[in-house]
Amino acid sequence: MLQLFDFEKPIAELEQKIAELQKFSAEKDIDLSQEVSILEKKVTFLKKEIYGSLEPWQKVQIARHSERPNFYDYVPLLFEDFIELKGDRLFADDRSIAGGIALFHGTPVTVIAQVKGKGTKENIKRNFGMPHPEGYRKALRLMDQAEKFGRPILTFIDTPGAACDLAAEERGQGEAIARCLLAMSGYHVPVISTVIGEGGSGGALALGVGNAVLMLENSFYSVIAPESCASILWKDTTKAKEAAEALKFTAQDLLRLGVADEIIREPLGGAHKNLRQTAEEVSQAISKYLVRLRSETSEMLRENRYQKLRAIGVYQEISEKEISEKSIDILEKDLTK
Amino acid sequence: MLADENSFEEWDTELLTLDPLDFPGYEGKLLEAHEKSGTTEGVLTGLAKIEGISVVLAFNEANFMMGSMGSVVGEKIVRAIERAIDLRLPVVIFSTSGGARMQEGILSLYQMAKTSAALGKLAENHLLFISVLTDPTFGGVTASYASLGDILIAEPNALIGFTGPRVIMQTMRQELPTGAQTAEFNQEHGLIDLIVQRAEMRSVLARLLRYHQEGVQYAATV
Repeated sequence: MLQLFDFEKPIAELEQKIAELQKFSAEKDIDLSQEVSILEKKVTFLKKEIYGSLEPWQKVQIARHSERPNFYDYVPLLFEDFIELKGDRLFADDRSIAGGIALFHGTPVTVIAQVKGKGTKENIKRNFGMPHPEGYRKALRLMDQAEKFGRPILTFIDTPGAACDLAAEERGQGEAIARCLLAMSGYHVPVISTVIGEGGSGGALALGVGNAVLMLENSFYSVIAPESCASILWKDTTKAKEAAEALKFTAQDLLRLGVADEIIREPLGGAHKNLRQTAEEVSQAISKYLVRLRSETSEMLRENRYQKLRAIGVYQEISEKEISEKSIDILEKDLTK
Repeated sequence: MLADENSFEEWDTELLTLDPLDFPGYEGKLLEAHEKSGTTEGVLTGLAKIEGISVVLAFNEANFMMGSMGSVVGEKIVRAIERAIDLRLPVVIFSTSGGARMQEGILSLYQMAKTSAALGKLAENHLLFISVLTDPTFGGVTASYASLGDILIAEPNALIGFTGPRVIMQTMRQELPTGAQTAEFNQEHGLIDLIVQRAEMRSVLARLLRYHQEGVQYAATV
């Protein structure tokens, strides 16, 4: 049984009703096609209404859906071939990050992805998609090879965040992530980062320094998990819904804030409703950016990526003169009081 | 203090923080931080001299929202690094930070990438970066520029890590052993070069800076 959210229940109820009517009509040989067709129209309308205006928290739920396609689901639909390469050569092979060489529209590319498991057993194996330092060091090793052999790098982001336990601290989680940021910012090959599910904080960003950052329509990408934010702000993890609104982390927000370059459409209700269709949209979006980046020289790829990062941030810059005028204003106001 | 007397010339004081996400309570927090710290943001950057050697210096103001990194902190650090490249000077950054600033959301997160990218340019120019980690340094600052020093120095007993002990406890139900995440723990795990007391800091930095001054390198490497 597919995981169903509260806000989807009216749709499910109607769909069930349609199924019942169809069954009844078949059994009793009564023509109910008119009734069914009315209900079907109603369902289509309801879907567009509900899925077309999802709130941030509802998107979080969809992005974390237990049936949400993960990287391995996309592999056969995106690539003609994929050879997975393992290990960081230092400590271990982290199964919350997958990487390797793939063939994308006939071109060899290096692919790196965070991978959540499906079901408890696989999730334990993959540490719920939360990479340890060895995962980031594997990613770095493979990305460095892409730079060496001139292959474009495609990353796929889907993690609640980097592993946050003693082992991660002992092996230098901070340094491992920082090295990825540094290296990615300097590559001479195209880097395209696609957020396919959850983009959880620094653990996600470690694969996010792309020339282009693409986001699936119902994915989110945040500095902090909404639950943790709620816990800090209101000392109440149940206020995650409010935090989700405050953090402005949906694909639409990130496009507006200059972090995301493109939103990839999902089928109504989310990627899990139609994997094939979603993969096709992802494939087209990546292809579009790869073609676009092909016109840039290796130096341009690097410099444009730097300038893209350089431009992220919102602040005000006022001159010293304005500052002193302002303080005179304040002084005068104080004096007249 | 660390720098030579009256040698610190502060940069970029005119960068002011905005509230781009219209985040609940952020404006109030900023005002409070401003009153508490007397500074306009969580980092100060500028030009300084250490035993007569010019450096680009940055240090967090912990009283300003725990030295957390939002747009202005990231921008000031990047501008300082870029100016160090123009002036061909080494960079010394003292970190004391809770990490990326939640109230500026994704913009804060990408300051990690932005500062790291600037350090990439610094490295390309063969200029030295010494990162000094003071108590406490966590989160997005540990996971970006603070960990990218050519030389990593920590102060004794300073707590340094990616995830704070309280969060590890809450999310993993894992109690950290005594001494975990201290400077000594980090050194034992191979994560930092040196532990230096504040009283010794100036002279250690001066020695390191001197050995990296232009002209002292073996000629063939230049």
